[in-house]
Amino acid sequence: MNAPAATANPSSLRLVLTLAIAGLLSGIAIIGIYETTLPTITANKARELREAVLKVLPGVTQMQALVHRDGELVVVAEPAKDEPVIYGGHDAQGEFVGYAVPAAGPGFQDTIALLYGYRPGDREVVGMEILESRETPGLGDKIYKDADFVAEFSALRVDPEIVAVKKGTKTGPNQVDAITGATISAKAVVRIINEAHTEWSERLPAPGSEPMLEAPDSPVDEGAQ
Amino acid sequence: MKENLSREEFLKGIWRDNPVFAQVLGMCPMLAVTNSAINAVAMGMATFFVLVGSSFLVSTFRHLIPKQVRISCFIIIIATFVTIADYTLLALVPKVHKELGAFIPLIVANCLILGRQEAFASRYPTKLAVMDALGMASGFLLALFSLGAVREILGDGALFGFNLFGANFEPWVIMILPPGGFLTLGVILLFFNWFKTKKDEFLEDVAAAQRSEG
Repeated sequence: MNAPAATANPSSLRLVLTLAIAGLLSGIAIIGIYETTLPTITANKARELREAVLKVLPGVTQMQALVHRDGELVVVAEPAKDEPVIYGGHDAQGEFVGYAVPAAGPGFQDTIALLYGYRPGDREVVGMEILESRETPGLGDKIYKDADFVAEFSALRVDPEIVAVKKGTKTGPNQVDAITGATISAKAVVRIINEAHTEWSERLPAPGSEPMLEAPDSPVDEGAQ
Repeated sequence: MKENLSREEFLKGIWRDNPVFAQVLGMCPMLAVTNSAINAVAMGMATFFVLVGSSFLVSTFRHLIPKQVRISCFIIIIATFVTIADYTLLALVPKVHKELGAFIPLIVANCLILGRQEAFASRYPTKLAVMDALGMASGFLLALFSLGAVREILGDGALFGFNLFGANFEPWVIMILPPGGFLTLGVILLFFNWFKTKKDEFLEDVAAAQRSEG
């Protein structure tokens, strides 16, 4: 029906041209949708990150991105691609509260990406938020669905290191009650934080000499509540 | 007559030739993303958009596409629509997009969509092709939703995230794990085929009764 005798054997040129035109039109359509949605997607990502930082650092209303260059932490507006970045959180008066550190590592099924809040003065982790994970629904996903487990990270000493213990046997301020049935995922979260902490602790300046807040009180502060 | 024809093309996809329950096509997204009703509906809507858009274009340009390169052309068209759906979901509902993950790009490989292009859209006029695509896509959406709803209710005690049974409900976790997908699909297929057998028997009885009367 769609191939009358005359076009039964079209020339190679026609075949090439058909595919080239189809590819060209498709490319134009894809560029169009990419350009249209890019601003919204970027804004969504920035908002999500901001909400996560405010969540893991209680009391924080302003944040700035920090990178480690030439032996010191510097404030950057746009971190370079693939450059490890942490976020300095400041309260409404512009006082430094703590760092929000993104970290990632292998979980039970796939990479777990998380963000944790760290107060260098108290040497404590004060909050943890899972950004990305594919842990088993109903078991491993308790690392972010179980409010009790998430609350374990609200005042957690990092010295000598964080340890996950069997549920109900927590004794020290550096211990976390693991989740029954999801020990691997819970231990993965602890390991990821420990590794990120070891990596960053030598790069952080002494408590009290954190980078000052640049451009304080940015007007785009809709997430302050 | 023509009205009836296009209505018929629409309705067949919803029940008689339902892509999931009757043709058993598109099983990969069917089993993978139906662990909650909202994921299932989002996947169904994305597939709906891709299928209807592709069928429209393929049918409109069916005389221009040489048959030697038709499959490549279909894939280019489908992939373009999938990319559009991908970015749109990412911009509008980032949370759902995150849950669906790799399965949105994989719509390209959904045999239901390519199958409809090859079997129907490339052979029939645009209007019929669009009706066929609307029917098939609605059938697929319906199937995804029934699976997603059953699995979320049993496995999570909720529907669209709203808790249905209160705190005392013990979720049947396996229903939102992969085995739950197979179990639910199996039970639904069983029902579907039982219903079909019963209907055929009933029609035969009616025919026999009419014959004996006549």
